[in-house]
Amino acid sequence: MTSLETVPPVVKAPALPLTLRRFLRNRLAVAGVVVVVFFVLFTFVGPLFYHTDQTVTDLLHINLKPSGHHLLGTDAVGHDELGRLMYGGRISMLVGLAAGLLATLIGTLWGAAAGYMGGWVDALMMRVVDAGIAIPALFILLVISAITTPTTLGLIIILGCVSWLVPSRLVRAETLTLRSRDYVATLRALGGGHTRAIVRHIIPNAVSTIVVAATFQVADAILLVAYVSYLGLGVQPPQTDWGGMLTAGLDAVYSNRWWLIAPPGLAIVLVVCAFNAIGDGLRDSFDIRGR
Amino acid sequence: MPVALYLIRRLAQSVIVVFFVTIIVFGLLHALPGGPARGILGVQATPQQIAHFNHQQGLDRPLPVQYWKFLIRLLHGNLGTSYTLNESVSTLILQRLPKTLVLTGCSTLLALLLAVPIGMWQAVRRNRPVDYTFTLLSLVFYSTPVFFFGIVLIAVFSQELPWFPSEAPSGDTLGQVLSQPSGLVLPIICGAAATLAVFSRYMRAATLDNLGEDYVRTARAGGTSELRILLRHVLRNSLTPIVAMLGYYVPVIFGGSLVVEQLFNYPGMGLLFWNAAQSSDYPVLLGCVLVIAIATVIGTFIADVLQLVIDPRVKVGRS
Repeated sequence: MTSLETVPPVVKAPALPLTLRRFLRNRLAVAGVVVVVFFVLFTFVGPLFYHTDQTVTDLLHINLKPSGHHLLGTDAVGHDELGRLMYGGRISMLVGLAAGLLATLIGTLWGAAAGYMGGWVDALMMRVVDAGIAIPALFILLVISAITTPTTLGLIIILGCVSWLVPSRLVRAETLTLRSRDYVATLRALGGGHTRAIVRHIIPNAVSTIVVAATFQVADAILLVAYVSYLGLGVQPPQTDWGGMLTAGLDAVYSNRWWLIAPPGLAIVLVVCAFNAIGDGLRDSFDIRGR
Repeated sequence: MPVALYLIRRLAQSVIVVFFVTIIVFGLLHALPGGPARGILGVQATPQQIAHFNHQQGLDRPLPVQYWKFLIRLLHGNLGTSYTLNESVSTLILQRLPKTLVLTGCSTLLALLLAVPIGMWQAVRRNRPVDYTFTLLSLVFYSTPVFFFGIVLIAVFSQELPWFPSEAPSGDTLGQVLSQPSGLVLPIICGAAATLAVFSRYMRAATLDNLGEDYVRTARAGGTSELRILLRHVLRNSLTPIVAMLGYYVPVIFGGSLVVEQLFNYPGMGLLFWNAAQSSDYPVLLGCVLVIAIATVIGTFIADVLQLVIDPRVKVGRS
């Protein structure tokens, strides 16, 4: 008889060419990739060519209209708005990406464990998810902000911990179908451990579901970061992000300073749209349902 | 499984969920730095004062005992007293909740009244320009933060074109708020946008599913007009998943109302919560969280029951 060690992890061949071809046919998804690449270049490479000082305030040059000197004007403490858009975009995208991936990781482990265990363990684990979903993330985030002011790393962890619920449901559903497959039954019959079954077999086979969930999760996380910063509990000055740049939004509306609102707002919309479009495209090309 | 058994099981699940919610809220209460004593006595309190307070309030007892007392208090509808507003939390919430329900109700109704026909239209005109246009629009609206959309609404329809006030009507009673309907226009539209985007997608998908069903083919073969098929058969069948989603969507709607109320200064529960967060008024914060979570659980339950009523085919054995 073969020993457990010789049972190779069975991974569906992802049939990349076909998947990729399907993805490339989705014009909206391809546009999404272009937008994301643009913003990555804009925020990380842009500052190399467009030098601005984003830490020292310049009170002699506040609220300037866009001009040749300041392409998008300056904000209420004299920071160059275009430079700030680059600088803030880094935080928005990095925090969003990290939080989205963390949420997917937690959700994947939780959902796979629940679906794999089945029975009352599954039922209880999913009721915990229901309870988490019943409390809107924004409310939890505001309570936490009343307790403490998080660092950037803390913010990532907090955001990840409040938004893993939806991926956990998706991965659980996927696990339920995978669990009954022959190879998992074989592994179990050969005395394979539960952890091994989940980590080596269930999760690799659910990878397309997880990738799609992660893409949507990043989109949602970037939105959530914007909300959190807009409500004044995001990264602390002199750091900022796109949501934080909008906190002064209404004052800017009343004083007609559109250049302080439109750029960060549109940047958020564009990037979140892009990630959602990529997620849609991936889902269609992997041919899976959900969301 | 008979329907009654299903309902009982579903109800039991809801109770368990509410139980977990109370644990989360209790956990948050004890995550406060220095515990609730710091919150009430302020940062200047001496260790002796804190110890005294903790003893008086039973906060030095074992956690399970405290949790039990907390649960008993909740069952009596006692959510504690606000630190700053000198009023019981349940009274405050009861004052504000109806206003929030009116606002979110109007927004959701507006969103659904638009989403259902738009989604159906997209499904019928699948892969035509109309479909693409609305797909793109819903993607944009879904990806727009509520506060940014609200700011744009105020900039355009209050500043550029002086059509509507930028502030919601204030007032203690629901009547006072409703007496100035023009102030409600922008908050309602603002709250409706994201919901509209999400539900037009669902409606499109549900209609597409139904259009591929045998009964549609049979009706067409029998010469029933396309419009009649859509309105008499497909519409009703497509609404089932929409109703189910609505239940799960309650927390998102409440989350949106927090931002809308803060932005337009609408005197509902979201604004109460927002102000409580500014002043670290923990009893109010946790009371609101609890009420919203319970409202969500009830909403999901009602949605599941409604689904049964609308569509007898819904399999009750599903978990």
